[in-house]
Amino acid sequence: MRSTKQQWNLRRTWPLHSMVLPGLIVLLVFQYGPMPGIIMAFQDFKPYAGFTGSEWVGLDHFREIAAFSDTRQVIWNTFVIASLKIVFQLVTPFVFALMLNEVAKMAFKRTVQTLVYLPHFMSWVILGGILLDILNPEGGLVTRVMVEGLGMKPIFFLGDGNWFRFVVIASDVWKEFGFGTIVFLAALAGINGELYEAAVMDGANRWKQLLHITVPLLLPMAIVVGTLSLGNILNAGFDQIFNLYNPLVYDKGDIIDTYVYRMALLNGQFSFATAVGLFKSVISFILIVTAYRLAYKFADYRIF
Amino acid sequence: MIYRTGSYKTFTIINYILLAVISVSCILPIIHVLAVSFSGKEAAGANLVGLWPIDFTLDAYAETIDNRNFSNALQTSFLRTLIGTAFSMLLTTMIAYPLSKEDSELKGRKWYVWLFIFAMLFNGGLVPTYILISKVGLMNSMWALILPVAINSFNLILMLNFFRTSVPRALEEAVLIDGAGYYRILFKIYIPIAMPAIAAISLFTMVFHWNSWFDGLIYMSDLENYPLATFLQTIVVQQDFSRLSVDSESLKNMSQRSVKAAQIFIGALPILLVYPFLQRFFVKGIVLGSVKE
Repeated sequence: MRSTKQQWNLRRTWPLHSMVLPGLIVLLVFQYGPMPGIIMAFQDFKPYAGFTGSEWVGLDHFREIAAFSDTRQVIWNTFVIASLKIVFQLVTPFVFALMLNEVAKMAFKRTVQTLVYLPHFMSWVILGGILLDILNPEGGLVTRVMVEGLGMKPIFFLGDGNWFRFVVIASDVWKEFGFGTIVFLAALAGINGELYEAAVMDGANRWKQLLHITVPLLLPMAIVVGTLSLGNILNAGFDQIFNLYNPLVYDKGDIIDTYVYRMALLNGQFSFATAVGLFKSVISFILIVTAYRLAYKFADYRIF
Repeated sequence: MIYRTGSYKTFTIINYILLAVISVSCILPIIHVLAVSFSGKEAAGANLVGLWPIDFTLDAYAETIDNRNFSNALQTSFLRTLIGTAFSMLLTTMIAYPLSKEDSELKGRKWYVWLFIFAMLFNGGLVPTYILISKVGLMNSMWALILPVAINSFNLILMLNFFRTSVPRALEEAVLIDGAGYYRILFKIYIPIAMPAIAAISLFTMVFHWNSWFDGLIYMSDLENYPLATFLQTIVVQQDFSRLSVDSESLKNMSQRSVKAAQIFIGALPILLVYPFLQRFFVKGIVLGSVKE
């Protein structure tokens, strides 16, 4: 009985399966195809020997990750930079959306939106190129303003570890905060106007309305956004760091992804680099799944 | 009526000023680049240019266009963006339609969905992916920049949700009963109705392709095959000339600030041009993806 029903289903729906097929093949080859290669994290992989000929080393590379002060520093840098980004990328768009919400002139509001969303679509190659240029300690635009305009000493922003972190976080917030406000503006648009009318009846001024209606109704969205960004706690932004950093700031600015790149493609330590990458992928995977579960449980947020 | 208190009035003024300053700061860097690119060599080289060109000239653009490596990379970028976006959209819509069905209608739907979701959350990593690309013989081929990124699970979910919410079930069932096949339904009903979503996702995909630089850096060993973003990254920004075989004269020209600025601006120009269209869509698109039914 069941099998005939299934057959019937397949006879009727095979066109649907055939539609998935091309994409499925691309997915299996290019997304799943590399996955068996992860075994090299447990080998001493030599390109000429291949996966079958390379020596097995068990968990040696993972012990190295734990033992090396280099890797520990890199993991710590990643964590620090990523968490600071998460915090500021939550707070800044939240506040900015509230500020924008107080604007009554629609034309002004729309102009602001147009301008602040733009940097999101620019690549870090271009923005990194501009930053390197204006932050140059020898005559960069920012340096000139600081020295000639304000009489300060020039700061080598991208040559000092702490300044580097500051530039990374500030420029990331600058690039993405506008785009981050979109979800909050959408949530603001969904607030029932009658609530404000009722509050006005009760004699609440704009401050009270902001404090007792807007902010509390916006918080659930902030919680969802914050929870979902937990999955990014080891994503410090490869594109950005790669385009801004240099050996002077490796101690404070080198992150897992840039480290993996250098170890693998410049130093040829394929197995070790893969082990570091795998360490990151597994933790990120667990965090993302947990974050989505939490968001689903507490805010009924679903993506599909 | 809104209560207009004195302190709120002050706040409003400060708020407008702050918002204006912040917004303008978002486009200052690109204006600076534009100003430098239109400036004379001496002024640009001495870093005298702020937000307005000094000794206005188009020389930097003339030199950029004369640079064969640059025009080559520009062409590669246009091609990869065009083919990559078309390919990606075709696959995405063809997957999204079946997966927008109920589990009961399409047996095995759950398996497909989980395969796509898992691929979004976990990947093989840099080295295994690199090895795979070289094993399937895609090194130095444009397909290495297109196939691995063809399916974006996030876009797939957007598309899927759009299909699910915007086409009335009754309409589809009626057409099915009339004997139309699934392919006809997809191309005659779903795709026309979903045009706004398709346009939005296409624009996002185009921006993604135009901005991608890392794949070009690792999969292309020859400067001839670099897309523009990779060319800008290595040659213009990082000034790594090791892969460049040109005479010292043109090398000197390339490192001039006004010429660098012109190249960077041309790299950003297509994004600036599609941005107005993009903006019309993305607010809708994101809201659509995050709110299900």
